[in-house]
Amino acid sequence: MAEQAVAGPTTAGRPDFSRVSWPALARYYRGEFSAATANNLAYRGAVAIWVVTTVIQPLVSIVVWRTVAGPGGQVSGYSSAEFVTYFAITMLVEHLTFIWLMWEFEYRIRTGSMSPLLLRPIHPIHKDVCDNLSYKVIGLLGVVPAMVLLVVGFGGDVSDIGVAQVLAFLLALLLAMALRFVLEWVLALSAFWLTKISALNNLYFSVFLFLGGSFAPLAVLPEAVRAVALVSPFPWMLAFPVEVAMGRRSGADVLVGYGVQLLWLGLALLLLRLVWRRAVRRYSAVGA
Amino acid sequence: MTAITVDRLHKTYTVPEREGGLRAAVGSLVRRRTRQVRAVAEVSFEIDHGEVVGFLGPNGAGKTTTLKMLAGLLHPTSGEARVLGSTPWQRERSYLSRMALIMGQRNQLQWDIPVLDSYRLNQAVFRIPDAQFRSRLDELTELLELQALLRKPVRNLSLGERMKCEIAGSLLHAPQVLFLDEPTIGLDVAMQRRIRSFVADYNRRTGACVMLTSHYMADVEALCRRVIVIHHGRLLFDGGLTDLVHRFAAEKTITVELEESRADDADLARLVGGHPLERSATGISVRVPKAETARVAARLLAELPVVDLVVEEPPIESVIEQVFDAPEEQPSGQEVTGG
Repeated sequence: MAEQAVAGPTTAGRPDFSRVSWPALARYYRGEFSAATANNLAYRGAVAIWVVTTVIQPLVSIVVWRTVAGPGGQVSGYSSAEFVTYFAITMLVEHLTFIWLMWEFEYRIRTGSMSPLLLRPIHPIHKDVCDNLSYKVIGLLGVVPAMVLLVVGFGGDVSDIGVAQVLAFLLALLLAMALRFVLEWVLALSAFWLTKISALNNLYFSVFLFLGGSFAPLAVLPEAVRAVALVSPFPWMLAFPVEVAMGRRSGADVLVGYGVQLLWLGLALLLLRLVWRRAVRRYSAVGA
Repeated sequence: MTAITVDRLHKTYTVPEREGGLRAAVGSLVRRRTRQVRAVAEVSFEIDHGEVVGFLGPNGAGKTTTLKMLAGLLHPTSGEARVLGSTPWQRERSYLSRMALIMGQRNQLQWDIPVLDSYRLNQAVFRIPDAQFRSRLDELTELLELQALLRKPVRNLSLGERMKCEIAGSLLHAPQVLFLDEPTIGLDVAMQRRIRSFVADYNRRTGACVMLTSHYMADVEALCRRVIVIHHGRLLFDGGLTDLVHRFAAEKTITVELEESRADDADLARLVGGHPLERSATGISVRVPKAETARVAARLLAELPVVDLVVEEPPIESVIEQVFDAPEEQPSGQEVTGG
């Protein structure tokens, strides 16, 4: 009775929010995923353009690096056929790991559309995970055929890719997706402090382009740059899964790679926890 | 049974400041100046379960900032608040699941999917059991006449339809505390009335505590027996609406449209008994004490070539202005100094 009096008239029968309910979360994910998919399908034209953009960059890289390697030649252990495979798979990994939330957050903070997300008894990251997954699933419809076309059209070398490589690749890919998502989500949170974070985004993506392996395979980079790259989180979000798929890493090397990915993921999650709490405290955008 | 306790709540924003022009823009690169803007200053009040309280003040008075703090969106600079036993800005999920903040100019439903899909999403977020979800949805659908809207995407709804859907969506989890920030803004009169009666009904049925800001006096009159008035972040009045209206809307405005404006000033001043008078292109308007309204109106009708005559309550903004201008009306203990 006393507790009813404190909590008000309609407390009875309310769900317990002090712990996570997995079935409820699963229901939410299903709902948010289908909402996001409906959105993406409503704007399928825009999605198609994004997918085309995703395909253009590897196309350019393939043309350039094939020319550099020349017919029958090699650059740092990559033949021109292997460059084709590398950039084709990179495109797939890039599509599956890429997130655009850094730009979205700037908009959210400036317009106050972050507020409704903060009013719900669920962490806003869940919505972003769903939106992201949905976009990726739909995008695969364009990216996978494009990848096959690139490999076939430019004569990519897939002789080292077997079932073992594909399975090992899938785990590396999942970890890369998780790592990049969490890390870039944290970076996006800087919008709470800066409100205009485009400059920071561009810096981040420039560094990522080099150290992550999307500009060139790590083996091609100068020794010093490669050393820096390997102690950064970047190659573990892109180059590593690609190398695993191509069979350029095997055995213990792959296991160590997973370990490094997990380590970075753990760090990123810790950072997320820390920064998120401060970000919410900080939230005071005009018109929030 | 107190639902909301606010104790010396204070919020100061730090905003960048610079003069206009290129020179100042370049200067701000080197040295950035900021200014402290006080939005809410040491505001205290208590609200019980089941109460509907009007939260009034001119634009920029600090109403929305206060509501946002109570909804857990903003951290105060200092002060305390307890809502349903929780400190709002700690953002405990159990608290967020029992309150709702509805902002008239803010979209909480998803833009591109049917309303019903957004509701289903809310069902999952707020973990509403199926049976409850269905019965509440049926009820809300009937009360707000949503049948035709549920399957339309939000982007295809009119402003009024969207507001109805927003309100229904925010009530599916049966919040015990409801913060309504300008819920009727931009809506036509019929829709305003419907939303008003709906809020009153919700409060009656569930015993939820409602805090409402509105620029429409009609909203406040229809719903709130008690009002809290703030201005420049300070609490100026906390008491019965009847007290407020009685004390500060003790005047009425008589507006008269004249066939020709030939009456001279001395003549007019005599007719209106010396009360403050304004001339316009088409006639005059005068503010007179309620008790004298009929007498002055009769005199004007008898002695001037009147085309039209309107008697009005002063608008809510001017009532608030009068509260602000009358320091003796401040309840003792609520007066704030410094800041």
